Amino acid sequence: MYPAYLEESIHLVEDTRVRRLIETMPPLAEVEKTLLLRQYHPDYIEESMRQLQVGVNRGDSTPVELADLLEGNPRIDPDTIDPSRPDYNVDVLVIGCGGAGASAALLAHEEGTRVLIATKLRLGDANTVGAQAGTQAADRPNDSPAIHYLDTMGGGHFANIPELVEVLVKDAPSVIKWLERLGVNWDKDADGSMHELSGGGTSRRRLHSARDYTGLEEMRVLRDELRNKKIDYLEFAPAIELILDDRGQIAGAVLMNLETDELIVVRARAVIITTGGIGRLHIQDFPTTNHYGATADGLVLAYRAGARLIFIDTMQYHPTGAVYPLQILGQLVTEKVRTLGAQLVNAAGEQFVMPLEPRDIVASAIIRECRERQRGLTTPHGEVGVWLDSPMIDIIRGEGTITRELPAMVRQFRRHNIDITREPILVHPTLHYQNGGIMIDTDGATNVPGLYAAGECTGGVHGRNRLIGNSTLDLFVFGRRAGWAAAQYARQVKRGSPTLDHVRNWQQELERTDLAGKRPVSPRLLPNYIRRTRGHARQEL
Amino acid sequence: MAEQARLIDIYIMGRHCQVPEGLTILTALEYSGYRMIRGCGCRAGFCGACATIYNFKNDPQLRYDLACQKTVEPDMYLVQVPFFPAIKATYDLEKVKPTGEKILALYPDLVKCFGCNTCTKTCPQELEVMWFVSDALRGDIREVADKSFDCLMCGLCAARCPQGLVPYNMALLCRRLYGRYLAPVSQHLEDRIAEIDSGKFDAEIEALMKAQETELRSMYAGRDMEPALEQYWE
Repeated sequence: MYPAYLEESIHLVEDTRVRRLIETMPPLAEVEKTLLLRQYHPDYIEESMRQLQVGVNRGDSTPVELADLLEGNPRIDPDTIDPSRPDYNVDVLVIGCGGAGASAALLAHEEGTRVLIATKLRLGDANTVGAQAGTQAADRPNDSPAIHYLDTMGGGHFANIPELVEVLVKDAPSVIKWLERLGVNWDKDADGSMHELSGGGTSRRRLHSARDYTGLEEMRVLRDELRNKKIDYLEFAPAIELILDDRGQIAGAVLMNLETDELIVVRARAVIITTGGIGRLHIQDFPTTNHYGATADGLVLAYRAGARLIFIDTMQYHPTGAVYPLQILGQLVTEKVRTLGAQLVNAAGEQFVMPLEPRDIVASAIIRECRERQRGLTTPHGEVGVWLDSPMIDIIRGEGTITRELPAMVRQFRRHNIDITREPILVHPTLHYQNGGIMIDTDGATNVPGLYAAGECTGGVHGRNRLIGNSTLDLFVFGRRAGWAAAQYARQVKRGSPTLDHVRNWQQELERTDLAGKRPVSPRLLPNYIRRTRGHARQEL
Repeated sequence: MAEQARLIDIYIMGRHCQVPEGLTILTALEYSGYRMIRGCGCRAGFCGACATIYNFKNDPQLRYDLACQKTVEPDMYLVQVPFFPAIKATYDLEKVKPTGEKILALYPDLVKCFGCNTCTKTCPQELEVMWFVSDALRGDIREVADKSFDCLMCGLCAARCPQGLVPYNMALLCRRLYGRYLAPVSQHLEDRIAEIDSGKFDAEIEALMKAQETELRSMYAGRDMEPALEQYWE
């Protein structure tokens, strides 16, 4: 239930619905978009960025929260670990197990290699399960991979790496079929044709969905398949350092058992990093849609081992994070709400942006509406937001559409006595996705021999802004490619002698640049949400 | 803000704590000094990691929910369910026939259901768990898939079933069978995959890849947009 003082604005929203039913906001021209982004997108706040002083990307700018970790101190003392005496010896080690990790593990297993998955939380606890709206694939007759390519490049401001986008759009339909053969239930019409919707920045309806539980549906099927195939996995065992060999190739990783604090040495011929995103670093203090483990660990591991990162200066702020009630602050209100017809309106009930512009544009427009134009609404806890007028969906598409298409959203708000079929939703941008990450080629290979990466921890596919539905697609396209390629690599690689010298060198470099004492240990592993209390010191057992 | 809110009394595994009202069970645990390792996942109601059991100081009736979604109330007694051992049948989906007999063969405990409805009362997603268990007993895979669709697989139904059924894993089997064998085939998807394999779009995509950025920008700005709502306007 909304506080009484917001009622007046809700009435204005209700009163303007008839007008807004026929009103269409024009899409912004390129110049207007550029100006809007420069003025209001959080990526353009220079004080929030810092140039890296050590490592391959020295001189590149990145948010200070990420810079701290990339320049961080290793968690291990290399002199106390013997990397030549492993606890596990496998062909392919997959670090992280969301959609990309699961796909990679399945493909590497299919190629006949011994696979081990190491993951920080439970198998499948990842941002994938929170993906609601859908997965893009150009498979309708009036669509084509070429149009999908153009949409993706435009959404990413033409910075995307063309070769990566090419395989993304060409593999997309086969990925949809692969998932269906594994038992994913896509939303379909009675004749079998996919029930597809458009999203921000897509010029065709090409989002394949499973109600608003798309990522959950994909993940629970893949997780089940990992178990059916009896692929080995270690839960609550994040990697805290990679192991190289004397030939400069990947040789495994050091894991940490989060519950017993034991270190685990894994020898592997190839390693695939699929550790996902970064939201729990709360860049610029934004709330986030991300899961508990999204702390950029994979970027830190790869960077310290010499892998190049790209586009690490651009984050995605999802336009519609919940701002009321407080219990779900920052949580995702899926873009599918706008896809189905909900409009964004300010306190006076006026639209201020075309609801299906790409995400960075919509997010910037909301920030402008709240900050400069002061036409947002303030919650009792001081958060500011605008209305996402969800009841428009049922008006446009018929009674019952919201309940049928958005059961997760209806359920989430009903818990707090807000009926989104009758009342609008209060939203503000929330930290959602890292557009950049580890640089890969079309096989998911990095510049470190034997080190592969896939999914949100990589960069280049989405340029400077990812489109809706291209993230889950990315997971499966590049997860599968990386799994296959890593298996081929593992079969033929000549192994050297494993070493942690790169960690020693890193520590020396930090001492030399006087950073060692100023930076935290990394990877971060988990955010710390314990309340800081005065006078209560903490003592580790 | 939290400092000004009214404080309420809760009991975490028996220990008395005071937390500001308005927190979720999860954030109340963190406020009280617990750093979560197990029992915390997406923090948004989608992963099922934070399945939780609680009751009240003067009301022993057990309640069930997701810690990240449930708001704390005065006099709650809280405990997380970090793990529960549940049976999962392993199978090769390509060799399983989508029949009721096969489901019973993989999950034979299904027949032990005596209809107590504890599973339904337990489900934090408010799904009709017992009803889809009985659909499964009748071999109606489609109904199981539909009714169980919003399942997060938190495992509370299995944890509470007095007969040891594992409704959430059984339902996943049914959904996979439905998706693999019973859902109608998407011909347009098959056609498109064949077209891509035959190289139909290669030249067009190659041209886009070679195009100058200015050219690409003008193509992007001038591309025709399919109306989002087309099929619904009548």
